Amino acid sequence: MQQATPAKPRPRIDTLSRGFWENAKQKKLSVQRCDDCAHIHFPGSPVCPNCLSEAQQWVPVSGKGEVLSWVRFHRAYWDGFRADLPYMVALVRLEEGPLLMSSVVNAGEGGPKIGGACEVVFEEVDDEITLPKFRMTD
Amino acid sequence: MNALGHLKDRIAIVGVGNTAYGNFPDIDDYGLGARAFRTALEDCGLDKAKVDGLLTCRVPYYARMGEILGLNPRWTIQLPPHGRMSGMAIIEAAAALDAGLCDYAALIYANIGRSRRVNYGGDESPGIWDPWGFTSPGAAHALMFQRHSALYGTTTRQLAEVSVAFRHHACLNPAAVMKQPITIDDHESARFITEPLRLLDYCLINDGAVCIIMTTKERARDLKKKPVMISGIGAREAYSTASISNFDLNFWYDEMQDVAAQSYGMAGVGPSDVDALMCYDNFSPTVLFSLEGLGFCKQGEAGSFVEGGTLKLGGKLPTNTDGGHLSNSYMQGWALNIEAVRQIRGECGARQVKDAEVVQYCGATPCSRSIIYTPG
Repeated sequence: MQQATPAKPRPRIDTLSRGFWENAKQKKLSVQRCDDCAHIHFPGSPVCPNCLSEAQQWVPVSGKGEVLSWVRFHRAYWDGFRADLPYMVALVRLEEGPLLMSSVVNAGEGGPKIGGACEVVFEEVDDEITLPKFRMTD
Repeated sequence: MNALGHLKDRIAIVGVGNTAYGNFPDIDDYGLGARAFRTALEDCGLDKAKVDGLLTCRVPYYARMGEILGLNPRWTIQLPPHGRMSGMAIIEAAAALDAGLCDYAALIYANIGRSRRVNYGGDESPGIWDPWGFTSPGAAHALMFQRHSALYGTTTRQLAEVSVAFRHHACLNPAAVMKQPITIDDHESARFITEPLRLLDYCLINDGAVCIIMTTKERARDLKKKPVMISGIGAREAYSTASISNFDLNFWYDEMQDVAAQSYGMAGVGPSDVDALMCYDNFSPTVLFSLEGLGFCKQGEAGSFVEGGTLKLGGKLPTNTDGGHLSNSYMQGWALNIEAVRQIRGECGARQVKDAEVVQYCGATPCSRSIIYTPG
């Protein structure tokens, strides 16, 4: 009999984040943009942090960015990540500005190069969730 | 001089108290808080009935704390259980005392994280990066240290100097939790928690409580011990990347520069006048970031600054003489502030900094703070 693998934590999909996850399912990485002042930001915010407008939408970005830093977890804070230990998480700055924590799919033992260029790839988790991850392009 | 310049040497810490530090499953946070309060009252000889201000931090319910202590104050504040709150709390209380909202403020911090097995990550503190497996304040510090290393060449052996110095101090502090000396090699061979950080870069999690009693300069004269004055304060928040908790891409450098300018300017001192530094150390990298931000060295140079025992007693800048969060006790900045008071009073025994007159508390966090203490 196959052993059930403990589930990984799932994103919280609510009014604020739904657009992001729907776009991800379509393999589009998106950030929130204010209709009034064009300020872009991530994560989603109920009002624009610049002008406080509520008129905002999720707009696709290039998917290109730069790795600013990374870490490797040696401790499982969730049972669902235990089998992945040690696993890496990277901080990426999109070329449009916003910062994202994500995974780098093709980094070696030494980790991704800090300052190195990367681009988004998508990992389909199930029918509902597609996770944006990154691939080093340098 | 900042806008709070009139507060210089106007408010004093008059009483300090703490419980033993350890694993206490049979007492709750209120019980610990009450012990610390009683010790602080005894320390300053203040009649309990005179306490008319209550600030609680990490205590579940301020009113229950008041009920237990038999207090019905005219000023109350409850702050969330974040480490960054200790410096904020002391500054808030100083402002309240100056405004006359209370005459004698008791600030009580209690923590039962050890006996309750607090984890600081995963489902205990859900966040938007959970699907990628990113969680915990330690991971945010690992992320910052990794970037600091990449930008400036800071090494983990340099980082180890922080943990080694603080453990050395803990060995001189009878109250400290950790009393086994460590070396740089011990640090380098400790197990990774979130790489590049290892076990010895992480603070302790233990139970305990701290109480601080504050009043005005005039009222302080009637109490048992020589008052310790708040001579300078500085404050600046960094909220623009708050979704990555406990993280700042530039190591809170700009905020700490601001905090330094405010607090040194108000106190009329500079980094070279600081006899001892009490530096918030939930994770060892933040000590390096604080040293740079406050101007003890240039940005990027903290690694070489701390080499060779700079932070040890007898070194250029004795720091966290009680052992800090890394080796004394996880009191989230509160124990560091009472250590500052005890250093100025000359009560620190084997870990006393000779003639300590200017002692600084600082915390480089999303709410950065600095407090300069001097003898009253």
